Amino acid sequence: MSVGAKPRQPPAQPTAGTGAAPPPWWRRPRLPQQTLARSILLALVFGVVLYIVSELFGPFNDLRLATGAYYFAALAGLTIVTGLNGQISLGHGALMMVGAYTTALLIGREGWALAPALVASALTTGAVGALLGGVAARLRGPYLAGATLAFAVGLPALAYQYPNTFGGANGLEINPPTPPSALGANFPLERWQAWIACFGALIVYVLLANLLHGRSGRAFRAVRDDEVAAQIAGLNVGRTQVAAFVVSAACAGLGGGLLAMVDSLAAPGAFTLTLSLALITGVVVGGLGSLAGAVWGAIVLVMLPVWTGDIAGAFSLPTQIQSNLPLILYGLILIGVIVAVPEGIQGALRAGASAAERRLGGRGHKLASENLTNAAQKEG
Amino acid sequence: MSRFLDLTLNGVSTGMIYASVALALVLIWRATRIVNFAQGGMLMVTTFVALAVINKTGSYWLGFFVALASGLIFGALVERVLIRRVEGGPPLNAVIATLALLILLQGAAGAIWSATPRSFPPPFSIRGYVINGHRVLFSPNDLFTVIAVLGVALGLFGLFKRTDVGLRMRASAFAPGIARLEGVRVGRMLTFGWALAAMAGSLAGVLVAPAVFVGPNNFDPLLVFGFTAAVIGGLDSPLGAIVGGLILGLCLSYVSGYLGSALVTLGALVILIAVLMARPSGLFTSTRTRSV
Amino acid sequence: MRHFVKYSCATAACLLTVGLAVSGCGSSSSSSGSTVGVTATSVTIGSHTPLTGPAAPGYSEIDPAAAAYFKYINSQGGIYGRKINLIYKDDMYNPAETVTVTKELVLQDKIFAMYAGLGTPTHTKVVAYLNAEHVPDLFVASGCPCWDNGTTQPWTFGWQPSYQIEGKILGQYIAQHFAGKKVGVFYQDDDFGQGGLAGLKEEVPASAIVSTQPYQPGTTTVAPQITAIKSAGAQVLVDFTTPIYTALERLTSFTLGYKAQLVIGNVGIDPTTVGALLASYSKGKASTALIEGAISDDYLPSPTDTSNSWIALFKKVHDQYEASAPFDGNTVYGMAQAYTFAEALMKAGKNPTRQGIVNAVESGLPPGPGLVPFRYTKTEHGGYGGVAMTTINKNGQIVFIGPPLVTNPGSGPITQYTTAQATAPANGLP
Repeated sequence: MSVGAKPRQPPAQPTAGTGAAPPPWWRRPRLPQQTLARSILLALVFGVVLYIVSELFGPFNDLRLATGAYYFAALAGLTIVTGLNGQISLGHGALMMVGAYTTALLIGREGWALAPALVASALTTGAVGALLGGVAARLRGPYLAGATLAFAVGLPALAYQYPNTFGGANGLEINPPTPPSALGANFPLERWQAWIACFGALIVYVLLANLLHGRSGRAFRAVRDDEVAAQIAGLNVGRTQVAAFVVSAACAGLGGGLLAMVDSLAAPGAFTLTLSLALITGVVVGGLGSLAGAVWGAIVLVMLPVWTGDIAGAFSLPTQIQSNLPLILYGLILIGVIVAVPEGIQGALRAGASAAERRLGGRGHKLASENLTNAAQKEG
Repeated sequence: MSRFLDLTLNGVSTGMIYASVALALVLIWRATRIVNFAQGGMLMVTTFVALAVINKTGSYWLGFFVALASGLIFGALVERVLIRRVEGGPPLNAVIATLALLILLQGAAGAIWSATPRSFPPPFSIRGYVINGHRVLFSPNDLFTVIAVLGVALGLFGLFKRTDVGLRMRASAFAPGIARLEGVRVGRMLTFGWALAAMAGSLAGVLVAPAVFVGPNNFDPLLVFGFTAAVIGGLDSPLGAIVGGLILGLCLSYVSGYLGSALVTLGALVILIAVLMARPSGLFTSTRTRSV
Repeated sequence: MRHFVKYSCATAACLLTVGLAVSGCGSSSSSSGSTVGVTATSVTIGSHTPLTGPAAPGYSEIDPAAAAYFKYINSQGGIYGRKINLIYKDDMYNPAETVTVTKELVLQDKIFAMYAGLGTPTHTKVVAYLNAEHVPDLFVASGCPCWDNGTTQPWTFGWQPSYQIEGKILGQYIAQHFAGKKVGVFYQDDDFGQGGLAGLKEEVPASAIVSTQPYQPGTTTVAPQITAIKSAGAQVLVDFTTPIYTALERLTSFTLGYKAQLVIGNVGIDPTTVGALLASYSKGKASTALIEGAISDDYLPSPTDTSNSWIALFKKVHDQYEASAPFDGNTVYGMAQAYTFAEALMKAGKNPTRQGIVNAVESGLPPGPGLVPFRYTKTEHGGYGGVAMTTINKNGQIVFIGPPLVTNPGSGPITQYTTAQATAPANGLP
């Protein structure tokens, strides 16, 4: 249903003069229609859920929660530039590295507090993203993939080349944030870190949800779908693509800064090509182009290695096989998922929910056209 | 001055290795418009198989032949079983599928053959040639590598430009619908393309194995530099793969020699960006362009 | 569409909860109580090591060898009736993963102590955590001198001689036996190679070192570095390399026709490993021909010296519990380290506590299979204090060419250690 199309006339009602029947109960809007209010409300809801989860399962799972949160920040950014804007990036691990090192340097060397350091990391990485985006805007498809891959592999060289600044192979360490004394003396550090990371993830969610549903999101999509048409419509294609990179880089930078806070480190060994490839895997498997997809992707990235490790641990095999079994399972499961669910987890859920809705709707033309009317009235 | 000569020769030999991986990537791209991230893993497996044959029979050339043959079969198998299912969908899905295959292959190789790297015999001597009473960093084995890779590149070039099969392959990749109407068995051409590419990759594997040893992760840097070389040269061009490989090999040798080995990966990035800024689709793009 | 966002995210949160529950949630107790991991019949310890990935070659053999040795000890009755249970986890040499598996071992698996954590870039990221949580961090598998600080890191102990100590002793040998010759150094560009080089510079005069060439682990060609050393005219080539890079250097030098007196650090000399990598080039000659005559050092008996009581014991354990694994320097390292832990646990007494085992190590441990004593005091947590010089003979075996020498990582003197190595106990128990 395109914006601005004329609504279709509903068919004649059996009883005259009463107007269109109200929509069925699951289609009645429950949330505010404006994106900002809605996203803030949802963020509060998620915040409460995450708080409950963090309290339930013990400090080690708080570490997993924090890990999922910083993955979400990076994945959300990546899905904007790759899903929404159509530019494949295999270099977001290196962007996380920029954020992590910025945070580590500001906190460790300059004595900054955590929050301003994270903001500075996002901004710095956004600036790097502008550079990367400027290069990327001229490239397409596999050439862009190659350039971002070279970026992912090449950037860690700076850590080795300037060991006095960046700590060389050992990298930098930072002291973990101490929980405020108001929470009690024995408050687990991991829970405090999880709260900070989840808070950062929620901020990313609110900002990106507004971007996704707003003018910028539409501009990104327009450029992805048809560059020529977008240009005719008045969009500056190059600037839009750079903007997408800047936004996604800032998110990746924040994710990297949160990683530095959670793991208390910034070291080149944590930002290899494997990380960049894992991020792209996460966004595709989760569902390209949506924030919910980024959530699924984060869950997959954190939990799939755990599940494959647990399954492998259930057997008692010679060490050589035992230690490689998680990798084998990981590869097999990933292949299975991408073949069975080509549009990603979120895409599959969406399709499944639509199918369920059609089945529940069941009254044929009348309801279908009512839906169309309602949809048209909302869009218009 | 002799150091410069040695660095240049080293650049040529390593560049040819990158070119051989790049050729395999170019082949798959031309045949199916997919970047095969599992290429490094596939050639690693066929090299292990070749090594097993060599150790059992003592014959290098039998192992060489088995590597190429198993590459053909492996490539066809991967295309039919895995790639067939992600071919029509979003292009990123094929990327994820090949990445997952790479992880699977590395895990399987580690489980079967362990992480301990193994020695792979070179077919010819590795003692450098003597020029003007001075031994240089280029051996009969390096010469064999150069000739073998050039031979494969010429063979592929000829295949695409001059033979019927090559035409059918190109048609299957660019316009499968029309190709089908013309009677081309598109599916079979795609399988053949992957088989051929995997064979080229297996050749790369046996050529480089003596220098990097054989282990589950030993061929990883090859994929990165091979992909970079293919992008530099243009993903559609076998000739570009050679030129891209040589440029990359030479530049990285000079960077490592004069600036330090820490800067090699950064050097590769700089070279790649420099080329792509001037020519966004690589040095030797084919005349047909795909998008704005 | 918006409803899907809300429902999906709520579902996501539910699934996350389920997922966490399924994967085994731990209780939220803190790691207080100094007998965590100890029961009447067992002691549980944990380790992190690269089992997969590019750093796995060689290192992935160490923990399985230790586990095999612990199995043997357990079959002989264990230590005071307790079986030693070693849980080792793969961190793929990724420091972020090291943090995760370490916290998993401490918080979920409730280990008594961290054992043989491998790698400097990896383990340095968990030292602060382990010390803050008062978890004994025993016998780190790395030669960084950074574990040697009983004042600021009271719970952390090294085990192998530090790279500086090794470099110093090698340097003294070079200064004494190759005085006046030009020296070139080919070293790995991390604390392993840099530490060795720093130690070397303590003893070899600066004017003698004509070229130092670092290489990045992961590089596929070392020719640019070797050509530089050859151009500088180095007559002595020092390799602070891992076995793969020793082999690569040897092959490159062979192609170039570059011959020099080789000095190879302990990590990179293992003839079994290096010989296997060079086997294809020997064509009838010994596969170790390219390292024949190299000078090296060692602090443990050589794996090929089956007349040594310790090697005989380790070989017996290996053949019984992990026969398909290689038997090389990594195996001897892993089992010797396991023996040291058994010593520490025994010294901690019938009711071991975390503080108790730390006190036991600080009071000093016998060297066991080591040729030199440990440097374990309240302030020194360094591990073995020196090495003995070795060379590779024409059969590819390590033979000792000098007495054990000990020193400290700083500028202290190098002295001889004259106490002979103890004989191995038949049942493997200290």
